[in-house]
Amino acid sequence: MLETVLFAALAVLAVAAGVAVFRTDSMARASYALAASFVAVGLMLLQFRLEYIGVITVLMMVMEMAIMAIFMIMFMGMNPALMPMDMVHSKKVAASAAVGLFLLLATGILLADWPEGRAPATGNLTESLGGAVMGSKMLVMLVVSPVLFATLVSALVLANPRGRYAAYPAVPAEDDADDGGNQHGAHADDDGNHHGGHGNHGDGGHQ
Amino acid sequence: MSGGAVQQLPYWGPVAAVAALAVLAFSAAVADGVMSARAGGMRRGGFAPVAEGARLLRQRRRTTIAADAVLRQVGVAGLVVAAALKVAVLPVGAWVVSDLEVGLVWFNAMDVLVWAFVWLAGWGANSVYPLVGGYRFLALALAYELPLMFALTGPAVAAGSLRMGDIVAAQEGLWFVVWMPVAFLVFVAAVLAFSLQRPFTAPISADLGGGVLAELSGMDRLLLLGGRYSLLAAGSGFAVDLFLGGGSGPWFPDWLWFLAKTVALLWLLVALRRRIPQLRPEQLMAPAWVVGLPLVLVQLLIVSIITIAGRGS
Repeated sequence: MLETVLFAALAVLAVAAGVAVFRTDSMARASYALAASFVAVGLMLLQFRLEYIGVITVLMMVMEMAIMAIFMIMFMGMNPALMPMDMVHSKKVAASAAVGLFLLLATGILLADWPEGRAPATGNLTESLGGAVMGSKMLVMLVVSPVLFATLVSALVLANPRGRYAAYPAVPAEDDADDGGNQHGAHADDDGNHHGGHGNHGDGGHQ
Repeated sequence: MSGGAVQQLPYWGPVAAVAALAVLAFSAAVADGVMSARAGGMRRGGFAPVAEGARLLRQRRRTTIAADAVLRQVGVAGLVVAAALKVAVLPVGAWVVSDLEVGLVWFNAMDVLVWAFVWLAGWGANSVYPLVGGYRFLALALAYELPLMFALTGPAVAAGSLRMGDIVAAQEGLWFVVWMPVAFLVFVAAVLAFSLQRPFTAPISADLGGGVLAELSGMDRLLLLGGRYSLLAAGSGFAVDLFLGGGSGPWFPDWLWFLAKTVALLWLLVALRRRIPQLRPEQLMAPAWVVGLPLVLVQLLIVSIITIAGRGS
């Protein structure tokens, strides 16, 4: 009984927070309303005894919203992200797509040939769920995931060998021509020392 | 090797855990007060956190124009909550509030909540310096989180379990710190980072007029400062359970050993962070990813090989 009430409360919270994403006019509120919605879903997964998936959902979604906060400054420009803004656009297309998808999924749920309820599951549910979803491809997925991770990191390193501040590792001095900010003036002395120090490290391959 | 190693406390467990966390966090503040007084050539100083707490409780709360009060309050109160949620899965000797099967992942998830809370506290004030402070924390967090995650993987691989009780039990013979020193050091550095201690204080740095703290006064400031000490205390506790053998030790009961080790590490970190200069926010990323990440991955490889070899024999 208590479990059902908790489940219902979390479900309502998940939907309500999901609605709030589009009702608010602040990027920050929208992001974290979405995070709250996913946290509720993660806690519901805990109720299914899928502890790992539930906790990792909370972890990933909260982290994702924090990263979103970075992207919203990086790519949206300062004003739209920091000022109140409308969270919906292309309203007609979006509404029809949403209703259509909902109907499709609901039909699928109602028409699907669900397996009979069996005895309460035992053992490691996360493992059996993974086995059920992946089947014989599990080993491939296990090998691919570290490769994917390594690819992401290397792509980042290759695409952006030096950061915005060019502090580390040692890189050639920047052209002063169009960068007259305080940042540069303040660190002029530092830069001189760094280059003297790093010259011996043989960073030539990097340039 | 699942269950049995620790027993869950009854209904008063959460209250006891939060009380113990509060006492530990307070002890760290007292230690800091004593050390500050000593550094100034004076004695005592242990009363300083009480005086500062009383001052902040009496202080009027300052608000800013068009602040996002909800998000700000979530962020300000959040650090304490995150620390309390962390200790829910932390075995104190043979006791734990919740012996969650994935306790280690739970700790990691609560640690990521700190990302959100610090940024929200910075954002909510609708003021420039706190906002920049919040973004500085995200810059640091991006750098420390990945090494931290791989440092956490070491004990989990060696114990063959994500349950905190199993990880403590797996250190019966040999503490993990002995054969995964790099993971331990990275973890301790990450504890300083997620509790906003030096050298990772750029988000609340004086060059931003206090950064995230700039617009906070009274109760809000007390909550955020208390949250920093709570996170430091919780992180010390996890370092003890993950690397320093938990409650194992001769003669005394294991909860006493756990608390003694935690307090020792906590005070050591308080003393240590006073001696390290602050990093600029952009200075952490390259060392953390170019040096720290490969080191901790090599450490993980060694741990994996030793674990598999150990199982085989």
